[in-house]
Amino acid sequence: MGPLVPEIIGNELNFIVAFLIGIAFGFILEQAGFSTSKKLVGLFYGYDFTVLRVFFTAGITAMLGVIALNHFGLLDVSLIYINPTFLWSAIIGGAIMGLGFVIGGYCPGTSVAGAAIGKIDAMFFILGSAVGVLIFAEGYPVFEGLYKSADWGNVRAFDSLGISQSLFAFLLTFIAVFAFWVTTIIEQKVNGKPNPEFKSKPLYASLAILAILMGLTAFIMPDRKESMMNKINDTGFVKSYTMNSMDSDELAFRLMYDDNKLRIWDLRLKKDYDKLSLPGSHNITMQNLFDNATSKLLYIEGKINIFIAEDELLSKKAGVLASELGLNNVYYLKGGMNEFYSSILNFKCPVLNPNEKLSDTDRFRAEACNAVPQLIKDYKKKHSADSEGNKKSKRALGGC
Amino acid sequence: MDNNNYMNPYLAGFFLGLLLLGTIYITGRGLGASGAIKSVVVTAVETVAPSHTANTKFYKEYSEEHSGSPLKNWLVFEMAGALIGAFFSGLISNRLKFTLEHSPKIKSRTRIAGALIGGTLFGFGAQLGRGCTSGAALSGMAVLSTGGLITMAFIFGGAYAFAYFFRKLWI
Repeated sequence: MGPLVPEIIGNELNFIVAFLIGIAFGFILEQAGFSTSKKLVGLFYGYDFTVLRVFFTAGITAMLGVIALNHFGLLDVSLIYINPTFLWSAIIGGAIMGLGFVIGGYCPGTSVAGAAIGKIDAMFFILGSAVGVLIFAEGYPVFEGLYKSADWGNVRAFDSLGISQSLFAFLLTFIAVFAFWVTTIIEQKVNGKPNPEFKSKPLYASLAILAILMGLTAFIMPDRKESMMNKINDTGFVKSYTMNSMDSDELAFRLMYDDNKLRIWDLRLKKDYDKLSLPGSHNITMQNLFDNATSKLLYIEGKINIFIAEDELLSKKAGVLASELGLNNVYYLKGGMNEFYSSILNFKCPVLNPNEKLSDTDRFRAEACNAVPQLIKDYKKKHSADSEGNKKSKRALGGC
Repeated sequence: MDNNNYMNPYLAGFFLGLLLLGTIYITGRGLGASGAIKSVVVTAVETVAPSHTANTKFYKEYSEEHSGSPLKNWLVFEMAGALIGAFFSGLISNRLKFTLEHSPKIKSRTRIAGALIGGTLFGFGAQLGRGCTSGAALSGMAVLSTGGLITMAFIFGGAYAFAYFFRKLWI
């Protein structure tokens, strides 16, 4: 599951990857004609919309790709870099860049492509960019307020607008295709002749239809996560689902004999978990089961995974979700933690009557009701000591 | 120069999109450009005036966020590759030539001044806006970042708004 850095590709290898990606980047920019300022600014005077075509096609392709990879569980979007939103610096910075674009004729990436093939103006543009960075660096105390104001965090556009990702993606794709069509007409008017590149109308018409269809599919296809959650929220489905269960006695037994195959996934609220946590258990949420970081822990071979929550239904829900997500050796706690409390932790040892023989269960529980709380106490002491060292997968850093 | 030599823009865009998608899949981050220029500037200032960088907030924040030499940076490697990739593309398409491209109505001097001033504004704006056309606008669009899309809208919107005043430079 992506991203591959830093787990699969190390940081040193990542520099080689960067270099190779750069070669492809430079090659495509130059092949597209981004190495000449005349073609770039054509966008702003209506005689050449190449930039819009390349830029929007690339953006839409990558956007749909990210959505699709995430949809099929191949890319964990919670780990990729989402450019942070600082409203005012985005607006003012963007407008200044626009002014720079129309005066200078390049942007940083394209100026490198231009300079590589000998465009002297592009070299001066790069020199200017360095001066611009220097001005910002030296004047940083003056700009810092603006730079850091209106911090919205790493928000995504569909959340800002309060619509679904699919709808937003569809709208953006639609706008792009519409813009392709309109700008081709404008270009034709400005130049007084049709762009010879676009002779074959049926081809472009079918491409446009294909793009719209693709956008529509993304819109209609339910999210894997969403459909899973719908499934497990159906109580009838969960109840009739056949899977392994474990009762409180067995769980207590495994805890007391320190079964190292057992892995406990606790779905209770964090505050309940903090109050009382079973030795070696992990506190997670249903959402966590979809995460890259959690699934790495889940899919360790040869372990028994037991899901526990307040009651049986919630325990089983988590168990069903984990099974549906492809996890093996899944158990749920029969009766949930409520029963674990009543039959183990708060077990009232029956008053011993020398004439009466205790049942095996009661004998075991009499032992467990002392041993398990002790284990929990020991674990809590040890756990709070080394919880500092917990490692979490972090979002990738990026941006300019 | 023969314009028809260039790749079909939709095809080029499709390839660029796949490259960006691959980059996000492999590295968890998008493409960029202006960050490489920033790394070079920071290195240059560090070399020329080390005491200055040690006492100035911007450089201090930069070195807190980036460990090691500023040149040992993902974007620097990527841009070094881009120079080579573009050179190679120019080579096979027969476009390698030292030229100063400008509209016949303006002098070379004017074009150089325009490139310098435009570059300065773009370099400054990319710092303020946390990324340029590649890092903020294109990569931001791929991951649907609100900030990236706003920056994109204002880069292109701004350019259109100012285009009229600078038309003599181009047409």
